[in-house]
Amino acid sequence: MTSIPQRDAYDVVVIGAGPAGLAAAALTAGAGLATLLVDENMGPGGQVWRAITTTPVKEKRLLGDDYWAGQRLVDDVRASGAEILQRATVWSLDRTLEVGLSIDGGARLVRAKRIILATGALERPFPIPGWTLPGVMTAGAAQTMLKSSGLLPQGRVVVAGQGPLLWLLSAQILRMGGMIDLVLDTADRRNRLRALPHLPPFLTSPYFFKGLAMMREVRARTQVVGGVTSLAARGSGRVEALAYEAGGRRSEIPVDVLLLHQGVVPNVNLAMAAGVRHRWDDVQLCWVPELDERGESSVAGIHVAGDGAGIGGASVAVHRGRIAARAVIEALKPEAGLALADHATLASELARAERGRAFLDVLFQPARQFRIPADETVVCRCEEVTARDIRESVALGATGPNQLKAYRRTGMGPCQGRLCGLTVTELMAEARGRTPAEIGYYRLRAPVKPITLAELASLPKGEDATKAVVRG
Amino acid sequence: MTRADAIIIGGGIHGCSTAVHLCLKGLRPVLVEKDYAGRHASGVNAGGVRQLARHTAEIPLSIRSMGLWERIADIVDDDCEFESHGQVLVAETGEELAACRARVAELEALGFSHEELIDAAELRRLVPAVSDSCPGGIVSRRDGAASPARTTTAFRRKAGHLGAIVREGMGATGIRRQDGLWRVDVGSERFEAPILVNAAGAWGGDIAAGLGEPVPVETVAPMLMITSRVPPFIAPVVILRGRKLSFKQFGNGTVLIGGGHLATPCRDTGETILDWRKLQESARTVFELFPVMRGATIVRAWAGIEARTGDDLPVLGPSAVHEGLYHQFGFSLHGFQLGPGAGAVMAELIVDGSTATPIDGLGIGRFARPSPPPAPRGQP
Amino acid sequence: MFKRIEEDRRRAVEIFVEGQSVTAREGDTVAAALLASGLDVRRSTAVSGAPRLPYCMMGVCFDCLVTIDGMGNRQGCLVPVREGMRIEIQKGKREIGR
Repeated sequence: MTSIPQRDAYDVVVIGAGPAGLAAAALTAGAGLATLLVDENMGPGGQVWRAITTTPVKEKRLLGDDYWAGQRLVDDVRASGAEILQRATVWSLDRTLEVGLSIDGGARLVRAKRIILATGALERPFPIPGWTLPGVMTAGAAQTMLKSSGLLPQGRVVVAGQGPLLWLLSAQILRMGGMIDLVLDTADRRNRLRALPHLPPFLTSPYFFKGLAMMREVRARTQVVGGVTSLAARGSGRVEALAYEAGGRRSEIPVDVLLLHQGVVPNVNLAMAAGVRHRWDDVQLCWVPELDERGESSVAGIHVAGDGAGIGGASVAVHRGRIAARAVIEALKPEAGLALADHATLASELARAERGRAFLDVLFQPARQFRIPADETVVCRCEEVTARDIRESVALGATGPNQLKAYRRTGMGPCQGRLCGLTVTELMAEARGRTPAEIGYYRLRAPVKPITLAELASLPKGEDATKAVVRG
Repeated sequence: MTRADAIIIGGGIHGCSTAVHLCLKGLRPVLVEKDYAGRHASGVNAGGVRQLARHTAEIPLSIRSMGLWERIADIVDDDCEFESHGQVLVAETGEELAACRARVAELEALGFSHEELIDAAELRRLVPAVSDSCPGGIVSRRDGAASPARTTTAFRRKAGHLGAIVREGMGATGIRRQDGLWRVDVGSERFEAPILVNAAGAWGGDIAAGLGEPVPVETVAPMLMITSRVPPFIAPVVILRGRKLSFKQFGNGTVLIGGGHLATPCRDTGETILDWRKLQESARTVFELFPVMRGATIVRAWAGIEARTGDDLPVLGPSAVHEGLYHQFGFSLHGFQLGPGAGAVMAELIVDGSTATPIDGLGIGRFARPSPPPAPRGQP
Repeated sequence: MFKRIEEDRRRAVEIFVEGQSVTAREGDTVAAALLASGLDVRRSTAVSGAPRLPYCMMGVCFDCLVTIDGMGNRQGCLVPVREGMRIEIQKGKREIGR
């Protein structure tokens, strides 16, 4: 591992060291391509295998086999000759394939012949009343603390929402001796019928037994309430109580830590800022990049792999990473491509890994009221804009997310819409009687993560201060 | 075929302002915008409302416009976040101050009094954060800034309320003159009118050329950056005399850094490719001049596509070739403040046949003789 | 809000939060160390001054912004603790940026 990039230009820059990025970088570097793998975190693994090389949780059964499966890929990439840069934040990527990086307070620009974006997923916004109160966090946040620091939530803990991660986190907390007062399942029961046509492949997928076992494990050790149709966190200065409704019955319970989760969505900011065309996915209810069967985007030379290409989970991500890597190797060093499994083989492995997904996608579509909140709920956490503010702006004439910025600054804070963008799209679509695809999304801009003025000023000037743009 | 009194192509601040002013004079225009109002330069520029440091040929228009800015809420029912804290041109050396002195004297000789020479003490009073070594500069006290997207949207909305037909999301095609009328196709709709206004910004040069009036014009995309909130430390908009830097802090604490460094525009897709090495220069200048900014973070950088003419002055006024055709484009990185005034002037030219605001030197005819160099197209 | 598991054998690292000594562990992020510290580490926002704690812990939400060794607006969830590190909680509206 290095602390600054060793070159100004690479054959391939892989962005993100989760399942897709690790798999891709191991292949491209193994094929002899100059490969830079950059990642924002302290160590490799992405979210799913976070802190796999450093976790204090050493007893294997606690985090489970799927977690430790990542070790082999980390070993592969470390042996592959790829240059690995951790704690490097990518703040810019454009169609000339120039990457802006920030490492330890200094900024750098590097060039690539190909880019593999493996920026993964983030948790879907869960805008309920009070979700900005201290003590309300995502389930993913709790899992991150559990994996990387062996930290367990303390006090009266409630886990609310739906989806595989919710159950996995609950199981992990309980296995490690943590306490959960209550699990509130918001899964929309009406989805069961709609998901039925996708059931057969799901029954033969690994998701089925693992999922059932996990839910059973959690139910055996804590109280679970299903059919939850509303949630509201309350408190003064921090979360103190959670009001919820299930089966028409309203309840309120005291709470110190509320962990929310309703699935994950692609982290599209960098791809969108680079100009990659995206489409609205009506099933996963999010934006996904338009890709060809080899993972190449609408911007020549930029490939997208992993959950950033559409949610598929860790093993799908590994396969997509390999497919993208193979396409890159074929383009830059065809003779090395001959040694690899052919595209058809990789594609059929991917199809196998994707089995059962369609069922989960429909089953875990979050209900409308958890995606399109009532008026008083904060939508944009950075600029503290409520759903009412947005509806009023629509009434005034704001037609889409970009026009809305002029009225309410939504999406203009540091998170750049990551925690409000989907809500804003769906909310405006509903308010205007349009589809999300018609409403569109924020036009995203570099820096996709804020950099300090000092960092930007530190950018080495170099002799090639005038940028030669030869592409397109 | 829908009959209107005028067809305006381009939903930037200029097209929208002309639409509003034509409506106020009792006409019913149709406004055609291929994206949405304010999608490009009009919605994403620095928002400077500036009479300061303008070419003398456009000063009367700028002064006319300033009067409209000062009652903008009466015109478009929205304050457009317009604030008047002055604009200050900072001289960093004695030499630069001498140039400022000569400039102010020149304007006074022409009868313009909006620019005022200031010494080091007054500069320090207006901009306490500025370096002690700066000997003075120029202030234009009525100047200020507004929200460009909000302003352009407000003009578009007002035009609609006053009866203009507004079409967004589809460009005007098949621009032609038949039977003494201008006709255009917008998707499946057809419009005709005796008047056609070319307010198409970065695309205005193409329209003019297509109608036989080529103008030397290039497509440019000036870059801007905005920071996270920092403590209030500067009220007026600040421009450096000697370096490419302009600087403005909003009421919410965020700071806009501009100055005219250019991105690479892609007119076909509407995208721009930022040049971080140039932005680095801006960042370094700010870093040196304003220590308070050193810990600030850059939250976003962007560039808006617009047209810059060969002489950096807009093309404003009737066509030199066609009856009923008017041009209003090529504002060359400084058209935002002119928007309200240019729309008012354009409405007077169209409806009254003349305007009291001197716009000599801005007409398209200036490029016609002697024969102009071929117009550069596309990317500069 | 959070407690450490007993099997955590990582080396202790001393950091200072608003001048107060806190024992973190090697490999903790600043945000994790703060949440495990038992101290009141709520920042307040620059817009309304509302109190916040980290929400996502993965670099997305910017609710973990903190001043580290004098440099403001750092994402606490992405920065590892270091011996002697000085951390201050941002007072948002009252003390924008820094």
